[in-house]
Amino acid sequence: MKKYIAFWSILGKDMKTYYLKPPNISWGIIFPFAWTLMFFLRSEGAVEIREILPGVMSLAVLFGTTSMLSVTITFERRSRSFERLLLAPISLNLLMLAKTSGAIIFGILNALLPVIIASLVIDLSGINWMSAILSIIFIAVTSTFLGLFISVSASEVFEAQTFSNFVRFPMMFLGGLFLPLERLPLFLRFLSYLLPLTYGVDILKTAINGNGIIPSGISFLVLVGFSLFLFLMSINNIQKRWIY
Amino acid sequence: MNILEVKNLSKNYNGFKAVKEINFSLEKGEIFGFLGPNGAGKTTTINMLTGLARPSSGAIQIAGEDGIKNIKKVQRIIGIVPDESNLYEEMNGFDNLVFCASLYGMGKKQREERASRLLEQFGLANTGKKLFKAYSKGMKRKLTIAAGIIHEPQILFLDEPTTGIDVENARQIRRLIQTLNHQGTAIFLTTHYIEEAERLCHRIGFIVEGEIVKIGKTIDLLQEAQKEYIMEFTLENEVEPLKEPIQKTFPGIHVYTIDYFHLRIGSPEKIDLMPFMKFFAEEKCLVREARIIRPSLEEVFVKVTGIEIDRLKKEKEGEKK
Repeated sequence: MKKYIAFWSILGKDMKTYYLKPPNISWGIIFPFAWTLMFFLRSEGAVEIREILPGVMSLAVLFGTTSMLSVTITFERRSRSFERLLLAPISLNLLMLAKTSGAIIFGILNALLPVIIASLVIDLSGINWMSAILSIIFIAVTSTFLGLFISVSASEVFEAQTFSNFVRFPMMFLGGLFLPLERLPLFLRFLSYLLPLTYGVDILKTAINGNGIIPSGISFLVLVGFSLFLFLMSINNIQKRWIY
Repeated sequence: MNILEVKNLSKNYNGFKAVKEINFSLEKGEIFGFLGPNGAGKTTTINMLTGLARPSSGAIQIAGEDGIKNIKKVQRIIGIVPDESNLYEEMNGFDNLVFCASLYGMGKKQREERASRLLEQFGLANTGKKLFKAYSKGMKRKLTIAAGIIHEPQILFLDEPTTGIDVENARQIRRLIQTLNHQGTAIFLTTHYIEEAERLCHRIGFIVEGEIVKIGKTIDLLQEAQKEYIMEFTLENEVEPLKEPIQKTFPGIHVYTIDYFHLRIGSPEKIDLMPFMKFFAEEKCLVREARIIRPSLEEVFVKVTGIEIDRLKKEKEGEKK
């Protein structure tokens, strides 16, 4: 059986049905735009905009990916259309990769907006674009799998969104997005290192401003570890809770 | 030749036995009816056979494959129509079918052709571009069945296909089921419309509290039922309290209630009306009507499940609303 047909169809269907709907496009644009503008207006100069750019990009990815999965997965599960996918002759791993690919793409596109706005007001030369793009992809994958993990643990859309906030907001403050890790008290710093976003933001900081504190290679490895752990845990949860 | 074989299949949920060591088979080209009251284990059985639930013990063989270990392989040759439509509300009828076909790896041209053909066959050609959410209940049901057979499965699992839809659509669906069966598809059907099972199914299994209590060819079950003489009484009083006294007064007969005012008496011998009229008069019960019933599958169902047909229908209709 040509499984790639099923993969692309699921991805295409999600894109058409959810991601490319006007409310989501506007959410995808307005939300990062509002974050970007808010932080950039508070900045006193070009240097500060460049300082906060990694944090704003990471936030755009984090919120973009985790918000959408509660709809594409929890909602479909609730309306029973997800059963149709579970009954298809494709592996659960392939199915969930197809279901999450839309969110990963949506997250990556969300990260572009702060870069575009920043490019209009400051000089972005000297950025290691290869590393920046790779880190955005890795942040998008990890955040998506985090959203997946939350979505498969919840039964209702509102539950998934509430759980997401419990995870997202601590990451905003502890992930080194706007407050440098070295300025955090020791016990909070310990918590920071348990959050995947910390590593993604650090790679971005290194790529954009050269001031990351963790070697990028290690951060990439940690993000791969987080992604694998969250994906496998989600698959395990689906097998336990949905194929009962 | 059996295309589906189930051996000692069980399902436990936290100590509760939902399905208890059931055994049955489905022959190629056969329609097998699976009847039982709410909570009897019908949907749990379908879920185990299709891969939505993991059996606690037992074996499933589908077209020679292990239906538990190789469920993904088996899913290529089975089609499932759940009791509630589970297509995508935001997509139109045609796109829904095309999407379902793609899940089975069908190429673009093939899936579009097949979707168009099915829309035509199901009388939905004019509404193919309409959003699924705008479909009527009957249309939704028909499209869900079309989605279930888009990949031309060898076995089709139909869970309550005509519940909650109008008479005309139900009739069309029954005709479609027969057509599919004539084309060679084996069908596993659950329904609470006994007359539907009687009309469509070659064999029937009755499941009660997770156990198959009776299984047989429809014709044999009917013949067995027709060995009994049945008389139905309509009273002006509640019939339930009379069950025991009747049974005591007329040993050897079988008494069951239909609803609040109706009871039926079954006997292996012809029933003489007068002793019963006398009994009801002594019990100060006014008999509105007494009639001889030609036993049908309904009697078999009531006998083996102990559930009244009217109650079963009301429960089901209530669930759908």
